[in-house]
Amino acid sequence: MDIRSQISMVFHLDKCIGCHTCSIACKNTWTDRKGAEYMWWNNVETKPGTGYPGKWEDQEAYKGGWEKNGDSLKLKGVGKVKGLKKMFHNTHMPTMDNYYEPWTYQYEKLFDSPEGDDQPTAEPVSLVTGEKMTPKAGPNWDDDLGGSPEYARNDVNLKDLSPAERETMFQLERMVMFYLPRICNHCLNPACVAACPSGAIYKRGEDGIVLVNQERCRAWRMCVTACPYKKVYFNWHTGKSEKCILCYPRLETGQAPACMHSCVGRIRYLGVMLYDADRLKEVASCDEKDLVKKQLDLYLDPNDPEVIAAAKTCGIPDSTIEAAQKSPVWKYVKEWGVALPLHPEFRTLPSLFYVMPLLPAMAQINDDNNYHNVGSALWDDMDNPRLPLKYLASLFSAGDTTIIGNILKKLMSVRQYRRAVTVGDISWDDVDKIMLESGLTPDVAEDIYRLTSLARLEERFVIPPAHREEAIEMMEETHIHKGSTGFGFMKKPKRGL
Amino acid sequence: MNGVFFFIVLPYLATLSLLLGSIYRYRFSGYQVSSLSSQFLESKQLYFGSRPFHWGLIFLFFGHLAAFLTPRAVLAWNQVPLRLYILEFTAFAFGFIVLAGLILLILRRIKTKRLRVVTTWMDIFVYIILLTQVVTGLWTAFFFRWGSSWFALVLTPYLRSVFKLNPEIAAVSQLPVAVQIHIISAFILIGMIPFTRFMHFLVYPFTYLWRPYQQVIWNYRNTKN
Ligand code: HEM
Ligand code: SF4
Ligand code: SF4
Repeated sequence: MDIRSQISMVFHLDKCIGCHTCSIACKNTWTDRKGAEYMWWNNVETKPGTGYPGKWEDQEAYKGGWEKNGDSLKLKGVGKVKGLKKMFHNTHMPTMDNYYEPWTYQYEKLFDSPEGDDQPTAEPVSLVTGEKMTPKAGPNWDDDLGGSPEYARNDVNLKDLSPAERETMFQLERMVMFYLPRICNHCLNPACVAACPSGAIYKRGEDGIVLVNQERCRAWRMCVTACPYKKVYFNWHTGKSEKCILCYPRLETGQAPACMHSCVGRIRYLGVMLYDADRLKEVASCDEKDLVKKQLDLYLDPNDPEVIAAAKTCGIPDSTIEAAQKSPVWKYVKEWGVALPLHPEFRTLPSLFYVMPLLPAMAQINDDNNYHNVGSALWDDMDNPRLPLKYLASLFSAGDTTIIGNILKKLMSVRQYRRAVTVGDISWDDVDKIMLESGLTPDVAEDIYRLTSLARLEERFVIPPAHREEAIEMMEETHIHKGSTGFGFMKKPKRGL
Repeated sequence: MNGVFFFIVLPYLATLSLLLGSIYRYRFSGYQVSSLSSQFLESKQLYFGSRPFHWGLIFLFFGHLAAFLTPRAVLAWNQVPLRLYILEFTAFAFGFIVLAGLILLILRRIKTKRLRVVTTWMDIFVYIILLTQVVTGLWTAFFFRWGSSWFALVLTPYLRSVFKLNPEIAAVSQLPVAVQIHIISAFILIGMIPFTRFMHFLVYPFTYLWRPYQQVIWNYRNTKN
């Protein structure tokens, strides 16, 4: 066993209010510079919708991610042979027009314009060419346009739905939508790392964060094609690829990433997961129908004494194991089994999991024109909800509706349980029946409720100490390093020639 | 022409500049070593320019290299006229492909507003020197036949003499002006590699062919086994 620790995340979609605070926090911290204006390492898209860049999920067009190749895997669009052949012109690289052309406004005109009959206006100008332009697309122009023809109907995930099912989905009165915030998934089997000819992209051993070494990137731009989530961006000004760094400077000082810390809906959770790296290849290349289950099996129970002992031999510090035991991600993903990775069929084994939205709020209008909980009638309707299970399955389970149905039932029974506790208009018999069917106990339902609704900052973000500060003390062979490092230097202080 | 400067001083200057310059740039401003791809801003025209340009260049590069390293083999091959024609014709065709690609690349830069923002003075220099190089090359191939034979007889000995630090410039000084320009601009091109985007082919990622796909880097791995 080769146990490693991975900083993983859970986003609870039912709590996302689509405020884009996360995107702004990230933009202001990292990508508010020339060449990076169009990059949104964190973006929030409305589903159903086409997302950013447009239709990024359509791998027939973008050729991202991995493909099963017998017992093994190959990159869909690039790789050793295909990539090196395409270096002079990468056939499947998205261009700025797939994202949008960034712009600003001539605000100074509002102050500088000479006196005249008209009000001065601040016209939009391109942040690339500096010329006047008419913006035609933006990173979130799909916002709240759930039923729109341009966005919602072009959603790639509708491919499994029959025309009739699509129609019902879009009938105005039955219209549904939800928000999908996305960042780099810091995958266990990252396609971006595998695609980089220069070897500039790497995964950090200690926490699994995936980074682009800016010194070694040579703009061969294969990673942009390879990432199926389109989360590596090409900086057109510096000629280097960039991506989400999971705010590692913040994590190393014990703070949550900016997008998570600022999240208004408090939908974001971050914690450590232990996994067995020896099994990565086997899991990533298994049959599509087993992908979700196998990925979830990859994670090891941090409370299991055997795992703890093995983790210690693999050099995982006690404090990281402790963090793994308290990890909210472990609870959502493994203990309760209510969170799934986005598009597992891309086979990158993402470390970001989503709790699905329980759409719609389960209520009906009753005779006196008030909204009213519809109780068990709705439960019977769980297999036929407004948002087709097939749609969610296309997003989160490679098409398996059973997994989705089971999770929705669990989430629903937590609601019913809490309803019985706080409002008391549902009979406990009904609740017990529902809980039995979904497999939750009242204790677990209570725990899910607490972590979902009441958790404080330090419960939502359980960040393991990065041990940079004790990098030397951590080592067993301290004596070897004694006297070898200089004051303030990473390298041995060597006397000049 | 001043043979001593162009055929003795310049080649050594160029080599020195290539060696010291590229080591310096790689070591001390690695961040600036990049192919500076502009595909993100414009992709369609790049396809028709960059692919023929590069594939043609690679063929020509290896052609020149072969004539330099194995002149006798080239001469032997050329003894049969048909084989000579095939070689000359393919080389000329590839040169022409490079020229066509290059012209498309230059037009692309001029036509596309977005690209002007990422075009530097050094890029303009690169286009000029490449254009000079390719045009004089095609000119030589067309008017002074057959280049593949006399390259082996005249240029290979000269280039070898330069490498042996005992330059023999009598023969090159007698060459037609177009050929001399071709040689001189080649030296300039080589010397300018560290100061232009030409750096990008020095960092061709060969190691990708044998490295494992995944890369994990540890700060310090404290394993007990
Ligand atoms: C085999 C090695 C080479 C590789 C892998 C390579 C790769 C590339 C790449 C990726 C670009 C960027 C294209 C883009 O805009 O997306 C490029 C551009 C360019 N390369 Fe190369 N190249 C190689 C050899 C050469 C050679 C030998 C030369 C000339 C002596 C050359 C001259 C150029 C020029 C002038 C451009 C700029 C094209 C433009 O944007 O108009 N390359 N190359
Ligand atoms: S989401 Fe994309 S960029 Fe992030 S690790 Fe996975 S493959 Fe790489
Ligand atoms: S800040 Fe939180 S609630 Fe707001 S859009 Fe982002 S993820 Fe959703």
